[in-house]
Amino acid sequence: MKRFLLPLVIFLVMVGFLFVGLNLDPREVPSPLVGKPAPQFSLPRLDNPEQVFSGNDMLGKVWLLNVWASWCGACKEEHPLLVSLAKTGFVPLVGMDYKDTRDEAQQWLVQGGNPYMTTVIDVDGRVGINYGVYGVPETYVIDKKGIIAYKKTGPITMQSLREVIVPLVKKLQAE
Amino acid sequence: MIPEIGHFSLILALLVALALGTFPIIGAASGNAVWMGLARPLARTQFLLIAIAFACLAYAFASMDYSVAYVATNSNSKLPIQFRIAAVWGGHEGSLLLWAMILSIWTVAVSIFSKHLPDDMRARILGVMGLISVGFLLFMLMVSNPFERLIPAALDGRDLNPLLQDPGMIFHPPMLYMGYVGFSVAFAFAIAALLGGQLDAAWARWSRPWTTMAWVFLTLGIMGGSNWAYYELGWGGWWFWDAVENASFMPWLVGTALIHSLAVTEKRGSFKAWTVLLAICAFSLSLLGTFLVRSGVLTSVHAFATDPRRGLFILVFLVVVIGGSLALFAWRAPTVGRGGKFAVVSRESFLLANNVLLAVAAFSVLLGTLYPLFLDALSFGKISVGPPYFDTVFVPLMTPALFLMGIGPIARWKNSSLPELAMRLRWAFGVSVATALILPVLLGHWTPMIGLGLFLAFWIFANSVNLVYQRLRGTEQPLFSRITSIPRSWWGMVIAHLGIAVFALGVTIVKGFESEIAVRMLPGEVAHLAGYDFTFKGVEEIQGPNYTASRGQLLVTKNGAVRTTLSSEKRLYTVQNMPMTEAGISPAIIHDLYASLGEPLEDGAWSVRIYYKPMVEWIWFGCLMMGLGGLLAISDRRYRMRKRLAKEADLKLNEALV
Repeated sequence: MKRFLLPLVIFLVMVGFLFVGLNLDPREVPSPLVGKPAPQFSLPRLDNPEQVFSGNDMLGKVWLLNVWASWCGACKEEHPLLVSLAKTGFVPLVGMDYKDTRDEAQQWLVQGGNPYMTTVIDVDGRVGINYGVYGVPETYVIDKKGIIAYKKTGPITMQSLREVIVPLVKKLQAE
Repeated sequence: MIPEIGHFSLILALLVALALGTFPIIGAASGNAVWMGLARPLARTQFLLIAIAFACLAYAFASMDYSVAYVATNSNSKLPIQFRIAAVWGGHEGSLLLWAMILSIWTVAVSIFSKHLPDDMRARILGVMGLISVGFLLFMLMVSNPFERLIPAALDGRDLNPLLQDPGMIFHPPMLYMGYVGFSVAFAFAIAALLGGQLDAAWARWSRPWTTMAWVFLTLGIMGGSNWAYYELGWGGWWFWDAVENASFMPWLVGTALIHSLAVTEKRGSFKAWTVLLAICAFSLSLLGTFLVRSGVLTSVHAFATDPRRGLFILVFLVVVIGGSLALFAWRAPTVGRGGKFAVVSRESFLLANNVLLAVAAFSVLLGTLYPLFLDALSFGKISVGPPYFDTVFVPLMTPALFLMGIGPIARWKNSSLPELAMRLRWAFGVSVATALILPVLLGHWTPMIGLGLFLAFWIFANSVNLVYQRLRGTEQPLFSRITSIPRSWWGMVIAHLGIAVFALGVTIVKGFESEIAVRMLPGEVAHLAGYDFTFKGVEEIQGPNYTASRGQLLVTKNGAVRTTLSSEKRLYTVQNMPMTEAGISPAIIHDLYASLGEPLEDGAWSVRIYYKPMVEWIWFGCLMMGLGGLLAISDRRYRMRKRLAKEADLKLNEALV
């Protein structure tokens, strides 16, 4: 009898999650990495695989790490905003191309414009695992000491930029 | 006036569906023959009423009645007539009506082709289908009425989504829905069997042709959708792991498992509970798919919020149908016997293993589809797990599934021996390993993925050929009569399996050897790809019925000889101000040449993307073969013979009574 109940139980658990999910207070769930040092990485650059870029190269600066991919639809949404942000020179953007192919990623940057100071390519997503990437896009604000100050899952919007990211970066730059 | 007639018909149809969902089922439980007998006339009345409603909506579209809100949002006076009719199912409300319409068609079909079934079984099946219909009609009448008036009427409509203005879109949704909804028959059979406590070989035999039919429609529907994406989206891709595609792929995977599990239940009496569970899951996933695609949840979870009643209704409906049937399963399935015993090495084991793999694959697609939705619901924003997730999950699941597919038909029922199997498989194994190693080198380059893909494709191919050879040799009969003496369902199985091989071959070759370039081209300039020269002939402006377009022509030559001309359009649909790309494709068995016009650049230059797609057409040809295999299996003689025997029995009975 018990094993025949199993499908029903699994289904009810799923429905429960869905119900709770739809009724949850829409609040950002904080990443466990916020306040911790950004995981170390040194990855080949997208434009020049011979050269390696490491997070340590950014020590002493406040910077944004933006995880993206050419296969990701939501990345197209935030991309124009990133391009405008880069033009202001307000904060350096480092791109991490996640589980992607070099050709398609480069094609993508040619078509949509390249907002990144440097883009590294994380072909197998190893570094992404260290960062706890849920999916693409994600953006991290990292301070001068290399500590993650903020994490945004999903595309950056004008609102999140104006209300959270820009004030935070200003504050960190002043420190 | 006409829309009100449609609306009224829908209300009447709901009442009829309510009657269909109650009287026959109660009649079957209490043995009331009159109430059971109501099932057939009620099913036919329901069909008639929904057909009237459907015709009324089609008429409103054809006559451009913009006082109907649904027509005003999905049509336009400049829209050509064939798209105006297809626009009936171009939006949320109309596609629900199409769903209900198709459900009533399947219900009538069951009422016609079920003369051989016991009365109580037939009454229960039609009753369950009536209950499903109640849910859909209620949903339409409460929150998604396609006949709602718009007062004051719009001067003109807002036009059909340009993506849907394509001949493929006229046939693709009805095909897909025939598949989705068709699984309701297998579901109703399973529920009726649970209610009546008759989960036996007879139940499996009756439900098999219906399940296969639905599966054929679904296969062809998915094929149409993939083909449409290929030429309409202009990216040269044929599958995007897009949530809409996944919604149709999940029932297909479970439906495929169901077909095989039904075969075991019929032939060997095993897997009964598992088969019922698969039937419930296949239909549940169809329901989920319908709502995912049509409720707007996919474009944004917040569509739930714009009309919370809709979202709530859908959730409650899903919980009642799926939860109710799983509860019934938990209650009644334990009484089912366990069926015939079988050894670890036997056809049953191979089929069970494949069933589990298919079910896990469907579950992982479900996870990858719903997980971004959950995150969006939790206000994480929209993210994508994308092809990397599906590729990493799918390859390890499908590799053993395809490998076992080669062995399954060769293994014996009940008990098979490994050494004997190895003897029968070594020939195919040698051929496929050799092909996987040598063919890619001849074609240009070898990678592990190309090797794996070719190995699996040729493994299935070689095993199928071997199977046919073993079955045909030996007797003295002429070849033709030997072929026809084998049941058609067996040939159907072979052809469908060969379809998978053809499909796998197409996927492997196109993934491994495709190439593309994106170039800036001035008129007269030449681009080179895969040995072909593409001369840009420039762009001309054209005026379509409801769009303006720039049409770019590329003259394709090889070694100076003209091969073909590719003409790609960049359209702008004026009403919605939406740009669309029409790819220029030259399809062929060996390879497709594919061009899509990009953006205009300065000095009259254009960006152009050209793709070389070797053997891409084999992907859809493989799907066609699967569909053909399914049709052959349904046309098997034993189904027709039973009908003839039933007719003869009827005649004899009549004679006896006279």
